[in-house]
Formats: sequence, C-alpha cells, structure tokens
Amino acid sequence: MSTALDIARAHILSPAGLEDRDLDGVMSSLLGAAIDNGDLYFQLSRHEAWSLEDGVVKDASYNVDQGVGLRAISGDKTGFAYSDEIILPALLEASKAARSIARSGTSGSLQSWQQRSGHALYMPENPLDSLQAQDKIELLQRIDGEARRQDTRVKQVMVSISGVHDIVMVMASDGTVAADVRPLVRFNINVIVEHEGRREQGSAGGGGRFGYDYFLQDSRAEGYAREAVRQALVNLEAVDAPAGNMTVVLGAGWPGVLLHEAIGHGLEGDFNRKGTSAFCNRIGEQVASPGVTVVDDGTLPERRGSLNIDDEGSPTQCTTLIENGILKGYMQDKLNARLMGVAATGNGRRESYAHLPMPRMTNTYMLAGNHDPQEIIASVDNGFYAVNFGGGQVDITSGKFVFSASEAYLIKNGKLAEPVKGATLIGNGPDVLTRVSMVGNDLQLDAGVGTCGKDGQSVPVGVGQPTLRIDGMTVGGTSG
Amino acid sequence: MAAINTLQQDNDTCRDLVAHIIDKAKQCGASAAEVGVNINKGLSVNVREGEVETLEHHNDRGLGVTVYFGQRKGSASTSDLNMNAVDGALQAACDIARFTAEDPCSGLADEALMARNIPDLELDHPWDITPLQAIELAQRSETVAREADARIVNTDGASLSSVRGSSVYGNSHGFIGAYNTTRHSLSCSVIGEQDGNMQRDYWYSVARDSKELETPEAVGGRAAERTLQRLGAVKLSTRQCPVIISADLARGLLGHFVSAISGGALYRQASFLLDYLGKRVFPEFVCIQEQPHLKRALGSAAFDSEGVATHSRDIVIDGVLQSYVLSSYSACRLGLETTGNAGGVHNLGITPGEQDLQGLIRAMNTGLLVTELIGHGVNTVTGDYSRGAAGFWVENGELAYPVEEITIAGNLKEMFMQIVAVANDVDRRGSIYSGSLLIEQMTIAGE
Repeated sequence: MSTALDIARAHILSPAGLEDRDLDGVMSSLLGAAIDNGDLYFQLSRHEAWSLEDGVVKDASYNVDQGVGLRAISGDKTGFAYSDEIILPALLEASKAARSIARSGTSGSLQSWQQRSGHALYMPENPLDSLQAQDKIELLQRIDGEARRQDTRVKQVMVSISGVHDIVMVMASDGTVAADVRPLVRFNINVIVEHEGRREQGSAGGGGRFGYDYFLQDSRAEGYAREAVRQALVNLEAVDAPAGNMTVVLGAGWPGVLLHEAIGHGLEGDFNRKGTSAFCNRIGEQVASPGVTVVDDGTLPERRGSLNIDDEGSPTQCTTLIENGILKGYMQDKLNARLMGVAATGNGRRESYAHLPMPRMTNTYMLAGNHDPQEIIASVDNGFYAVNFGGGQVDITSGKFVFSASEAYLIKNGKLAEPVKGATLIGNGPDVLTRVSMVGNDLQLDAGVGTCGKDGQSVPVGVGQPTLRIDGMTVGGTSG
Repeated sequence: MAAINTLQQDNDTCRDLVAHIIDKAKQCGASAAEVGVNINKGLSVNVREGEVETLEHHNDRGLGVTVYFGQRKGSASTSDLNMNAVDGALQAACDIARFTAEDPCSGLADEALMARNIPDLELDHPWDITPLQAIELAQRSETVAREADARIVNTDGASLSSVRGSSVYGNSHGFIGAYNTTRHSLSCSVIGEQDGNMQRDYWYSVARDSKELETPEAVGGRAAERTLQRLGAVKLSTRQCPVIISADLARGLLGHFVSAISGGALYRQASFLLDYLGKRVFPEFVCIQEQPHLKRALGSAAFDSEGVATHSRDIVIDGVLQSYVLSSYSACRLGLETTGNAGGVHNLGITPGEQDLQGLIRAMNTGLLVTELIGHGVNTVTGDYSRGAAGFWVENGELAYPVEEITIAGNLKEMFMQIVAVANDVDRRGSIYSGSLLIEQMTIAGE
C-alpha cells in the first residue's frame, strides 16, 4: 500500500511538475536573511455534500480546494503567504512575501530532510468513492422514511451526508517531511414536529475518519433518525427552563463540550505564552475536584478529532491536561512550544493552507469515575439534567463560558421530572470543575459531529465525558 | 501594491471564465447555468506589545458553478482557476445533476428581474498601504490602548487588514455583472487586571474607504476604555428587569428577525414568524427598511447572487411585517416573487429614535445594559432565546457597576414586541444596522 507521502506526492506535487530540488529551492528562498525557520504546507481537499428535503435529494455540491501555504518565522514574528496555484513561480513569489517579515534575527538553515511517519489511526482512503451516487441518494431517502415512520407529528425532515478527502503534506526547515491522507464523513438529520400549533425540532448525527459505509452498519443512520424524532417529541412537552443557580447533572458524551469551553481553550499554548488566559501560570494548582482527569487525545482510531500528524508534521499524542484535579499541561504547536521552552504536543492545526497554524484541541475528554449514572441522578433533590447540547463559547481571559442545552429535564427528589426548554448554562472555567462532586463510570465520546472555531478558523474536534454532577451552575431559563 | 495593478486583469480573467463556463455548460447539454467568480487580495498585520506578530498576504480565489438540466440541478466549486480545474468543476456539477431529483422551483431567477443598469455604489477604494505603514498604524492604536491606564496589563494586540476583491456573476440569460469592492479594518484588543481578575475588550473600525476609518488613536482609546469599564465585574442575582442591548449586539438581534422571515426558514416551517405577513411583529413605532444602494456602505449591492436587481424596500411599517427575505427558489416555494435577497440582506436597518444611548439609559432608569453576548442559545423554530451576557447594572439612570457571568433569556417574538425605544447610536459596521434597543423585560439568571 502507498504511504501517505507517496499519495501526497502523486496527487499534489507530480501534477504540478514539482520535484524535490524545486522544493529545496523554495525552502532556500523562504529561509533568506534573518529567518529562523519556515514551512510549506501543501493541501488538496475534495469535499461533497448531498442533502434531502421534502423527501427527495434536490441539491448536491462538489468542491475542490487546493493550494500551498508558506510560513517564515523570525523570533516570534511570522510572515505568511499562500497560493492556490501549486507551480514553482507562484511558490517562489509567495516565499518572498512570507520572508519579508524578517528585520532581525539569524539566518535559518535547512536541516536534512527526515521523513516523519505519523500514526495509522485511519485508512488513507477517499470516502467520496466509498458509496455510489445512487446509493448515497437511497440512503438519504431511506432515513427520511424512517424518520417519518416514527410519528405522524413529524412534519419536516432534512437529511444530509458530506465527505472530505483531505491530502496534506508538510515540509519544515527543521527537516520534517510528513504527509497525511484524512478521510472525514458526517451524517446529519434535522426534524421538525408539530402538534396543536406548537413546533419543535430535534437533530442527530455522527461521523468520523472512515467511509460512508459506517452509516450503513448496524442500522446506524436509522438510529440517528429515531434519535432526532425522539428529541423533537420530548421538546414538544417541554416547559420553561428554570433561571438561577442550581445543581446540574450533565449526561455522558456530547455534554463534554463543557470541558472544551470551560478549560480546553484556556489551556491552549498561545494564550498562556501571552498571559491572556485565566489559566496562566497555574500549572500544578488544583483546578478541579480530586478524581477529575481530563486529556486531549489526538490518537484515538477513526475519531473526528484525531490526526496521524498535526498540521506541522508532529505526530499527535495524548496530553494530560488535568490529573486528579491538578493542572498538568498546555496544548502546544511548534512556535509556542519553542517560545515557552517546552515540547510541542502535536496540537498545531490550521483550517487550510490559507490559514496559519495555532494550538488547537483534538479529542478532549474526562476519564471515567466510579459512580453509577442512576446513583448520580438519585443524589439530587432539586436540579437540572442536560443530555444534549448545541454549541458553546468562552472568553478565555475572564474565564467565563457558556454552553446551550437542547434537551434537558428537571430533577425532583432524585427522579427525572418534566422536560424543559433549551437554556444556556454559564460558568467560570477555572472553578467550575472544582464543584464536580460525582463522576460517572459511563465515559462516552460524542458521535463525531463537533467543529471548533478560533480566530475565524474551523477544525473538526471531538469531546467526551462520563455523567457528572456539578454542585452549582447558573441555568439561564426564564422561569423563576 | 500588486493587488491594485493586477485587479483589472483579474476582472477580465473572471469575465472570460464566466463566459467560457456558460458556453461549455450548454455544449454539455445543460438547459441553464450560472457562475460566480471571486478574487480577493490583500494583507493583514497583527502587532502585539509594539512588535509585529504576523504579516499575512491574502490571495483567495474561487469559482462556483451551478448547472440545470431542466428542473434538475448540480453545483461545484474550485479554488483553482486554471482551465483544467474549472472544466473539472463543471463536469462535477453536470455529473451531480444526473442524480438529483427534479424540483419545480429549480432554475435561474426570472430573466426580467436581472439588473439592467448597474449603478456605481462607490464600493471600491483601494488603499495603497505598505506592510510597514500598516504595522505603524496598528502600533499607534495598540500604544494608545496600552498607555491609557496602569490597569491595562496585557494586550491581545492590534490588527490592520486591507482587502480588495473582484466579483463577477453571470448566467445563461446573458446576464453578466461585475464589481470591485474594498474592505479595510483596524482593531485593537487589550487586557486589564484588578484584584487578580482579568478582563478583555476590544474595538474595531471597518470601512470601504480607508479615509472613513476611525483613527488608530480612537480605536485604541475605545478598546482601553471598554476594557477598563469591565474591571471589577460581579454577578447579579436572578431577576426580571428591563434590558438595553447595545447597538453592536442589536445587529445580532435583528439578524434573528431576518433569519425568521427568510424564505428557507419559512418554506421549511422552521420559523417562529410563520404566517406573520401583514401582522404586527414590533410595536407601532418600529419601521425597518432595506437600502441596497447606499453609497460606500458595507452591505450595498446592485444585484444579488442570482443577478436580480436590488431595490430599496420597506420590511416593517408601523410594526407590521410587509415583506419577507427571499431568493428566487424560496419565493417559488412560497408562491411569491424573489425580493433580491439570494445571498443575504443589503443594509437592513431599524429607523433610529431621537435619543442617544445615555438618553436610553436614563429612560430605563433601573435595569441591565448588555455589552457582550456569548453562546448560541437561539432557537429560530420556537423563538426561545437564552445567551450568556456581560454589561452594566444601571440604577437611577446611570451605570452603577459592571456585571458578568449571567444569562439573559426570553422569547424573540415577545422581545420584539417589547422594544420600548431605539437609540440613535446606529452601528453601521455590517449589513444590518441598529441603534441600541431598550426591551421592557427579560429574565436575568445569576447567583
């Protein structure tokens, strides 16, 4: 089987007639006077999406995005240029633009090339070819039927599948030569139900780094349809959510978006190097209850947030962020690791060749504890139980973060009571985990739907957690 | 600067490509086709602690093609504008159209609606700025912010960005429209500290013409002022009270209104404003207009992304909804005519009132002034609204103290009806305009 590097050369460099000595020339041009180091990031990305509404597939699109990004670094200054034309003159011109950043510093030298092999967490396949067009359409139609069959109150069904075949190749002045072929697929269903004039929605989906056949296995896609309808019907019964501070129980899996917002972003290396995060200089301090351990792990097989290598060519790893309540480490790219005098952690990621890499999360989750989830709910007299969420957001400087529940229930006398409408939960990142009083034994990762935005760049990520009891968070409902 | 010299060439390239694709699509048997090409070039610099941190040269290109075989449709796009890649995209779109289902509403917008006379909206004001000059402007902004007060202890830096773009859209009606636009912006973000707690805030200015940008000193000064005001923020207890949404955030609130009256949400029955045409959505004093032909404005466009001519129009008169926001497709689904909003709204604004923000705060007397909202807790199907907030508690018509780690919640349908007043501090930094809005009552969740 071809290696990722063979595939990248065949798909990106060969069609452009680029040979190794051309790239040596570009790198030499990039590393002109006073540039410490630099890198080239080649990318060829093919994306497709098929969508169904009104019971038929009326719309689909195919997109090709390719180009090369050139970065020149002088001290802590970065010059960056990119081109969607992968031809030698364009590369040389971009290298000049990128290196114009330099005004002082030493002249970088190119280390001898060393092929870095990453993990083999997923197959270097093209997921777009994993199913014929007609079969993609049949899948969407079958799932539409499955959703409508669940309940007569289902009025609208929107189903989509999308796939990305992403080939990247990194060449850096530290000698790194590495490539990765990254399949990524996603399935989504959104339903609207109506009863006596009231309309509510529900949605479900999943995905990961494999082909579309994943959705055909074990009736997985049918499962998404049933889940979306179930959620929508629950919301039809929902009463106004409470407002105020109360005990909150979070379900396992996707509610792990809590960790992503409350602590994840605040532990990214760039914010901590600059001293702009509420978590600065707190390594070794207690930031969570004993028993709470949180990791960022880019090495989970076939997960949406996993990478064989990051976008700087470093192999991904499992980085412990919090161990038994104590803050252990930050997530780093090469630049911030060098400036902070620590090792890179394989978290250098970028949306595309047209964006600069920065420290980003991969799959961020909390390890399991030893409480039965039923026992956790039973321990709460009066509280809020949330099992599904939309997105979240954080102000890393003040530490304040939110995440919005889309399926939640009241807990009364240790038992689940009526469903409540969606509400935003707000808290303070550096102390919310100190109020975790019970950690479930039911660790789950999300279904593979997360996308994280930072400085205008989106990257796929994963989250996960076991069921958690938090003694006091602000729930933003409307009912006193 | 290179971007300026080559733009005419880019414009010609785009026109040639559009004509080529439309011809070729017909040869492939397509009954109709449409193509959009965009080329954007520019630079952005980020300065932090007085030193340049990043210098980025932007050069983005993209072509999107949609083909129709009768009522069947396929779309594709590419970032590579070389002929092979462009032909590949066309082929991909045609391949898709072999599989998609017929849709009676599928197709180009009505030929009679195409923009005939394309007015000069003065959207193209190239700025011949070198990286060194850009760095210097950003440095001036950051310096003012950092030196504003000893409590400004750190900085996220200042950025200057200048981009010039060329866009061409054409379709098989024979319509081809092109325009160039510029967009220049300057922003600054600094961090203050008090009693061991940090707060960050920012300010930015954006304009088509660099001469209309606020000065670097004004941007930096405002960023520092906003950060300092937030120091010492506390939580509020849970309560119900009047709320002022500051002008920059009011744009987002009006954006939720636009989403709810957009064709896509309406024909999918995914809106809390279904069947509200001709009905009251806001109090009687509220009027909302769209003015696509404002000179030099950020949201201006002579035609929408289907080539349909845009027109000034009333969306809300005396609180009553007059019209939706439609593309030709969603209009067809609803049995209506397009409103020229394929691709979005163009300078949609709520008529400002008489008083400034201070006057609005005095009018509220006691309540919450919201200056930051975070999170995505907005449900367009039901109108349920719940978001994280920060701002100021107001007592006796004056700012009393900063507040944070609270939420504001309500239902958009009720919030719109409960708008008591609109201030005249209109924020024009986007395609939706609003002054600060005073809402009669919302639920605040806190301690």
